[in-house]
Amino acid sequence: MNHELEKFSDPGLPEHVHRNADVDPIAEKRAEQQVAILFVLSALGTVLLIGSYIFIKPSSFIYLPVLGDTNTQQLLLGVGMAMSLFFIGMGAVQWARKLMSDTEVIAERHEFRSPDEDRADFVATVKEQAALADVGRRTLIKRSLGLALGLAGLSPLILLRDLGPLPKKEFDTTDWKKGTRLVTDPGDRPIKPSDLEVGAVAQVLPELSGGVVRSLENIGKDAVLLIRLRPEEFNLDAERLSWTHEGIIAFSKICSHMGCAVALYEQQTKHLLCPCHQSTFDVTRAAKVIFGPAARPLPQLAITIDADGYLVAQQPFTEPVGPSFWERSS
Amino acid sequence: MTNKERIAGNVAGYVDDRTGAAKWLKKNLTKVFPDHWSFMLGEIALYSFIILLLSGTFLTFWFDPSQRDVIYNGSYAPLSHVQMSAAYASTLHISFDVRGGLLMRQIHHWAALIFMTAIVVHLLRVFFTGAFRKPREFNWLIGVGLLTLGIVEGFLGYSLPDDLLSGTGIRIAEAIIQAIPVVGSYLSFFAFGGPFPGHVFIPRIYMVHILLLPGIFLALITIHLMLVWYQKHTQYPGPGRTEKNVVGYPLMPVYMAKAGGFFFIVFGVTAFLGGVASINPIWLYGPYTPGQISAGSQPDWYMGWLDGLVRMSPPIETHAFGHTISWNILIPGLIIPGILFTGMALYPFIESWITGDKREHHLLDRPRNVPNRTALGIMSLTFMLISLINGGNDIIATHFHLTINGIMWFTRIGLFTIPPIAFVITKRICLSLQRADRDLVLHGRETGRLVMTPAGEFIEVHEPISAAKAWTLTQHLQDPALAIPNVDEHGVRNPAGIKGRIRARWSTANAEQIPAATVTERKELEDGHH
Repeated sequence: MNHELEKFSDPGLPEHVHRNADVDPIAEKRAEQQVAILFVLSALGTVLLIGSYIFIKPSSFIYLPVLGDTNTQQLLLGVGMAMSLFFIGMGAVQWARKLMSDTEVIAERHEFRSPDEDRADFVATVKEQAALADVGRRTLIKRSLGLALGLAGLSPLILLRDLGPLPKKEFDTTDWKKGTRLVTDPGDRPIKPSDLEVGAVAQVLPELSGGVVRSLENIGKDAVLLIRLRPEEFNLDAERLSWTHEGIIAFSKICSHMGCAVALYEQQTKHLLCPCHQSTFDVTRAAKVIFGPAARPLPQLAITIDADGYLVAQQPFTEPVGPSFWERSS
Repeated sequence: MTNKERIAGNVAGYVDDRTGAAKWLKKNLTKVFPDHWSFMLGEIALYSFIILLLSGTFLTFWFDPSQRDVIYNGSYAPLSHVQMSAAYASTLHISFDVRGGLLMRQIHHWAALIFMTAIVVHLLRVFFTGAFRKPREFNWLIGVGLLTLGIVEGFLGYSLPDDLLSGTGIRIAEAIIQAIPVVGSYLSFFAFGGPFPGHVFIPRIYMVHILLLPGIFLALITIHLMLVWYQKHTQYPGPGRTEKNVVGYPLMPVYMAKAGGFFFIVFGVTAFLGGVASINPIWLYGPYTPGQISAGSQPDWYMGWLDGLVRMSPPIETHAFGHTISWNILIPGLIIPGILFTGMALYPFIESWITGDKREHHLLDRPRNVPNRTALGIMSLTFMLISLINGGNDIIATHFHLTINGIMWFTRIGLFTIPPIAFVITKRICLSLQRADRDLVLHGRETGRLVMTPAGEFIEVHEPISAAKAWTLTQHLQDPALAIPNVDEHGVRNPAGIKGRIRARWSTANAEQIPAATVTERKELEDGHH
C-alpha cells in the first residue's frame, strides 16, 4: 500500500443528551429531595458526634465482631464525624450531578510560547541592562562578589556546629571494664552461673558504680545477651572458648548491621535473629553471620566469675559494638 | 432588582474598587475543567494534606515533643508507673485521656497513608498517560519533590511518639547516617546532639515535621496548582477534544460543587477509618529502649520498599586503611534510592531526548499506544513491589508458613530477573491491544449473531463501531524512529558517538507500533467482502 491512506476524522462533540431531571419536573423534585436527605443525614451525624462527646463515658468499651473490644466514645465520635462530613460531600456531588448544568463547555487553549518579537525584545532588554551595569567587563567585582556570596553561604553551616559534640572515641567504648559485674535488666541484680539453666537466655547490663543513673545512651551500647549452652556444643577457637564460662557465652545485643536489638533466639538451632533485617548469627560459632545483610559477627564479651562467684567481664569489648562507621578500623 | 441582588452588587463593587478583581474573576470562575475519574487522584492527595493539617494541629495542643524522663500516671493501667519520655507519655494521654484524641491520632495516621497512596497513584496516572510531557515538566519535578518530602515527612511523623517501634526506626535511620563515608559519625552526633538516642532528636524532628516541611509542602502545592490552572488541565482523547481546546465543566458551579463535595467525602471516609480501624496502637509497644525490640518490626508501607532493599542486601563491607565502608547499608539505603528518584525526576527529559519530540501535548496518551513507556513503568513498579514484599518477609513468612530465607532468596534473584520479564510482557500486551483496536475499527464489533448465507456458510455479523469510537481509537500520533545515520557524509562511522547509538537504539524500540487503522483500509476490506 503505497498510496496515501485516508485517516479517520474527528466527528466533533456528541450531541447533548438531557437527563431525566432536566425534562421531568417529578424527577427534578425527587433529585432535590435526595440532596436534602443527604444533608439531613449529615446533620444527624453531627448530633451523634456531640451526643457521644458529652454523654458517653470515656472508659466504656464495646465488643464488636472483627474490631474486637473498642472504646465506645472514640468509635461513636468517629462514626458521627464520618457521617457529618461524608453526607455533606455526597449531597453536594448529587446536587452537581443531577441538578446543575451538565452541558460540556469548550474553551480554547493558547500557546505558551511568547511571540518571536517579545522574545527578541526580552533578550535585548537583558543585554541592555547588563551592559548598563557593565557586568561583562567588571571581572574584579564579579570575582570578589563570588567570594563574598560563597563565604556568606557557609555561615549557616558554621552556626550549626553546636548541634552536637564531636564523636571522639564515643563509638569505640562501652561501660564494660575488666571486672565489671553483669547485672540483670530489668532489676540490676548480679548473676551467678547457677542462675542460668542450659538453653536459657538473659539480657544483662554492666553494673554502674553507685549514684550513676543508667541512660538510654548507655543501654544503646552496653546491652549484652547471655546464652547458656552445653560446653561441648561450642565450635570456638581456644581464645574465644576461654571467653566463655561454664557454657555461658556473652554477645553484644546491638546488631552489627543497623543497631537493632538482636532479640530472637532459636533454642533448637542456636541461632540469634535480628527482627529488623533478619541477620542471623550462629551462637556456637562466635555469632558468625550465617544469613542476612549483617557483615560482621556480634562482638563477644569475655566473661568469668569474681571472688564472690558472680559473673564479671574479663576485659572490655575488643572491638566497637553496633553498626559500622567510617573510623572503624576492622 | 431585589434587595439581595442590590447587596451582592454593592459587596462585589466594594471589592472590585479596591482590587480590580472583577475582570480576573469573570474569566476564571467559568474556567473549564475536563472530567475523568483519574483526575480525582491528585485531588485526594490535596484533600488528605488539608486533613493532615487540621488533625495535626489538633494533636499539637497536647503532644509534648520532649525526651525528658517522666513516670506515667495516666489512665492506661498496664503502663502505670513506668518510666518513659514525655513524648510517649503525652501520646498515651492523647490516646486515652483526651476525648476524640485517639480518633484524631488515627485520622492523622490514616490520612498520611492515604496522602502517600494518592500521590503515588496520581504519579502513575500522570506517567502512564504522558501528562508530564511538554509543557508540564516543571509540575512533574514538583511532584517528584512532593513524593520525596512526603516519605521523609511520614517517617518523621511516626517517629515522634517515641514508642518501641518508632525508636527502632530512628535507630535504623541513625545507622544509615553513621554509614556515610568520612562525615557519618559527625553527622550522627550533630543530628542526635551526642550519642544515640540522646534527648534532642524528637524536639528537632518535631519542628521539621510541623513547621519546616509543611511550609515547603504548602509552597510546592501552591505552585503545582497554579501551574495546573495556568496551563489548563490535560484531557483524554475523544470526539471534539483537540490539542487546541479543553472540554469540560465550568468551575462555577459544577466543578466547585463536585470538588468541594469530594473533599468532604474524602474527609468523611478518613474519619470513618480513624473511628473503626485501629492504626499504630503505640500503647502495645511500650516506651523505647535500645535494648529491646518487638518481633515483626515494620515501617509504614511507603518506607517498606526501602527496608526490603536493606534486608536483601548481601553482607558486604570494605575495611581498608583503617576505615570501613558499609556497602550493605549505602547501596540499598542511599545509592539505589538516589538513582531511582533521580531517574524518575529526569524521565520527561530523557523521553523527549529519545523521541526528539519538542511539541506541546495536551491530549493524554492511552497507555497501550506508548508500549515502551508503559513497559518501563510496569518494570519499575515490579521492582518496587518485589522490594516491598521483602520488606514484609517476616510477616509473609509467618502468615503463609514460608521460610524467611526462601523469600529473601526469591526477592534477591527476582529483583534482577522479574522486572525485565515484566517489561517484555507489558510491551507485548500493549502491542496486542493495539492490534485489537485496529481489528475493532476495521472489522467492527462482534455481535455474537451467526447468520447462514444462502450458500450454507456461517458467518458472524460484525457491527461497525461509531464514528466517535473510531476516532478515539485512531487519533494518536505515530511518530517514526529518529533517523540517526550510522555513517556521515565523510564516511566517519557513528558520527554521534556512543550517545547517538544509544539514542538510535532506544528511539527504534520506542517507535515500535501497530499502524492505526485508516478509512482507506476499512473501505478496501468492505469492498472485498461484497
